[in-house]
Amino acid sequence: MFGTYDVPDQRNLLDQTRQGIIGKPLDRPEAALKVTGTATYAAEYRPENCAEGVLVTATIAQGRVLHLHRDEVLSMPGVLGIFADKRMLRRPAQGTAGQAPVQDVREVEYYGQPVALVVAESFEQASHAAKALRIDYAPEGDVPFDAGKAEYESGQKPVILGDLDEAMASAAHSVDLTYTTEGHASAAMEPHASIAAWQGDVLTLWGSFQMISHNVKELADSLRISPRNVRIISPYVGGGFGSKLGISHDAIAAAIAARELGRPVRVVLTRQQVFDTIMRRSETRQRLRLAADASGRLTGLGHEAWVSNLPGEKFAEPVTQATEFLYGGENRKLAVNVARISRLTSGSVRAPGEAVGMQVLEAAMDELAEKAGLDPIELRKRNLPASQPGKDRPYSSRMLVEALDQGARAFGWDARKPRPCMRREGEWWLGMGVASAARVNMLRPASARVRLEADGSLLVQSDQTDIGTGSYAILGQIAGEMLGVPITRVRVELGDSSLPSGAGSGGSFGASSTGSAVFRACEAIRDRLAHRLGIPVEALELRDGIASGQGRSRPVTELLQGEALEQVGRIKPGKTQMDYAQASYGAFFCEVAVNAFTGETRMRRMLGAFGFGRVLNAKTARSQCLGGMVWGIGAALTEEQSFDLRDGRLLNHDLAQYHVPCHADVPALEVILLEERDAPASPLQAKGVGELAICGAAGAVANAIYNACGVRMRSFPMTPDRLIAQLPDPIARAAD
Amino acid sequence: MPPTPPARFKVNGTPVQYGGDPRRSLLDFLRDELSLYGTKKGCDHGQCGACTVIVDGRRINSCLTLAVMQDGCQITTVEGLGSDDDLSPLQRAFIAHDGFQCGYCTPGQICSASAMIAELAEGWPSHVSDDLLSVLPTDEELRERMSGNLCRCGAYSNIIAAIRDVMPVAG
Repeated sequence: MFGTYDVPDQRNLLDQTRQGIIGKPLDRPEAALKVTGTATYAAEYRPENCAEGVLVTATIAQGRVLHLHRDEVLSMPGVLGIFADKRMLRRPAQGTAGQAPVQDVREVEYYGQPVALVVAESFEQASHAAKALRIDYAPEGDVPFDAGKAEYESGQKPVILGDLDEAMASAAHSVDLTYTTEGHASAAMEPHASIAAWQGDVLTLWGSFQMISHNVKELADSLRISPRNVRIISPYVGGGFGSKLGISHDAIAAAIAARELGRPVRVVLTRQQVFDTIMRRSETRQRLRLAADASGRLTGLGHEAWVSNLPGEKFAEPVTQATEFLYGGENRKLAVNVARISRLTSGSVRAPGEAVGMQVLEAAMDELAEKAGLDPIELRKRNLPASQPGKDRPYSSRMLVEALDQGARAFGWDARKPRPCMRREGEWWLGMGVASAARVNMLRPASARVRLEADGSLLVQSDQTDIGTGSYAILGQIAGEMLGVPITRVRVELGDSSLPSGAGSGGSFGASSTGSAVFRACEAIRDRLAHRLGIPVEALELRDGIASGQGRSRPVTELLQGEALEQVGRIKPGKTQMDYAQASYGAFFCEVAVNAFTGETRMRRMLGAFGFGRVLNAKTARSQCLGGMVWGIGAALTEEQSFDLRDGRLLNHDLAQYHVPCHADVPALEVILLEERDAPASPLQAKGVGELAICGAAGAVANAIYNACGVRMRSFPMTPDRLIAQLPDPIARAAD
Repeated sequence: MPPTPPARFKVNGTPVQYGGDPRRSLLDFLRDELSLYGTKKGCDHGQCGACTVIVDGRRINSCLTLAVMQDGCQITTVEGLGSDDDLSPLQRAFIAHDGFQCGYCTPGQICSASAMIAELAEGWPSHVSDDLLSVLPTDEELRERMSGNLCRCGAYSNIIAAIRDVMPVAG
């Protein structure tokens, strides 16, 4: 019954249904709640008699907590308790962990790790007491803080094909380049927050999560209770970007304190604590080797990365994920090595792997194009293999050529100067850059319940989350389209663990996976309606509450005879995931201005063209693309975590010092959504779009900077201080 | 703690008073005592703009001022700009242009933009104004003035389009 997806669904059913809402740029159904401030986020529930908890974080990097001076703080006004339980989390859970992460806050593994929770009647009292709590530590441990001083181990099984060294030696054109990227923070606008309330042995937790069914297991396992006794409610999530894939410190601490105190407890991480204790994207060092023959065809491709994480963490930033399938090159070496260091946990930050891997690969491709004397678009087109190198499996669908061509036309790529320093406007060098986009596609197990009410309206339910992605919109559109119900009569309920388990929001798989579960539930209901109308389902047409086909026509409400039809739909990845190389593709074009004197880079224009299968809602999909491109701008120009090499502490742990792009950094962005149907990806013929528009974007910016001023930046972000030393003479060159 | 004289002020036209813990920010007062959760806490340090409200016609970060300091003030939060069945033109434009994704920065963006439009109308110049005496509402001008409101979902292009929709004069 757990329907595995083994055979590509080529029926394209959503192209034959007649309601006409699938793919349309409909407004989000929850939009009015969001613009009036009445959508309820995790910290905004008001259980009676709720106490306030504030976490205390370590001021050493490694060692043991010897003593908490509890008495000094317990006597402060309003203070209710101090908790430093061995079940409390040292590290947050990785995405899809489904079990407790590293626990016990009596030991410290990185600077800023939570070590205690102070609970008081009010937030002010708890904050004050948390600051006042004196803690004696025994510093110990010898895990290095600097990856340069650490041992590396293999982070994933390397891909080695043929002889890359030989391919490099005999190449007509080659590049051998080393790049660095700095660490990134998810920095979702809503800080992690939990409100825990117990009724007997049953815990209700209002939290901010991406993957509820996994989060229930993580929470239950951490507390050593049955998952049946945990309910998580998370209908609105103020951004996730990977940081809310797994449970974090606030949830367990709130649950433990609430149980002990016999009253609800709210724990909200401060912004600094979010930076200090939730997942970071590892910094990377990457070596790119590209070997090509005289025509620019790749014969060799090397992509090796060095990343970091805490000891014992399985996650290693999968930097080479897209390099495995994007371009040809029969001789290859792809590897990820991970250093064990003492800094906050590394984990998934939007588009783990491709976000930093693609930008570097695409910058290196630009350098190769120049050596080979080819337009960078032409170089990419010459290197698209017929099947995935080394695995010999076909691509499910690949819109890369279309993205490059349509994007180039719309952007005006033919106006790009062939060499750097050929466009100057006052004190600004101007240039254009291009890059490919690619991101793996995944289907994940999902279920959803669809209920066609006796009055002909629809209810769609799943614990799927909507973290801004558009789940509320697209799940309603799929169901309304399949069952011929106007969108105003479709209701979608999400983010509650009492509902069937969706795929969750991560890895760009939420829409296609949970959407496929909704699709399958609707298919079963369509079967029953066709049967009641007395026609084969293939002939059934549903539109605006009327069922028709083969000359018959009846209102759906009559077929329902006063009773609702309800169905849980399920999907699970199957053979199609193994048989095809599945990915979303696209292309970025941008124009930058680089200040000839200061090295400041300003984005002038940016365009992205993307193919990710069927578009389920053109408005929310476009917004996903816009958001990805903004992240690309951040990775290119401003975002970097700075660590103190003496103790591994994150120095820029707030939004004033960690620079996410702001309004002034982002020009009007253009997005082209390409028509595509990818049947091996899902029965919706849809793929993921949540991360695609980051993957390669910063490479396009790097290439545009080169085209503008002739500087090849090999360290990201490309801040003025990194650029300025390499800038050409601003006056002599301007006169050229 | 010494007794604090209560501050009396108006929130969305309704008289309120506050004489409690003097450490309480206006933000926490609005959220936890008036249940006006539309005003969001994103950083509590004046760095993100999610808590933007309008005090006596000027936008401020409500995390950077205390509840007890509001004596005599008129405060407008997002709930005061429009409601589900009576949306303001700017709120409708945010919906039409998808000026948000997760929605957490949205009330701050909307409060900020409402006051920003008034600042422009009054002719306040900014860092990017070409002429300090005659300020044109260009997109660059709008972006500069909205830069105190971060949006991690990256809806900036759509936010500017929504604001542009309700601007009295095209730039």
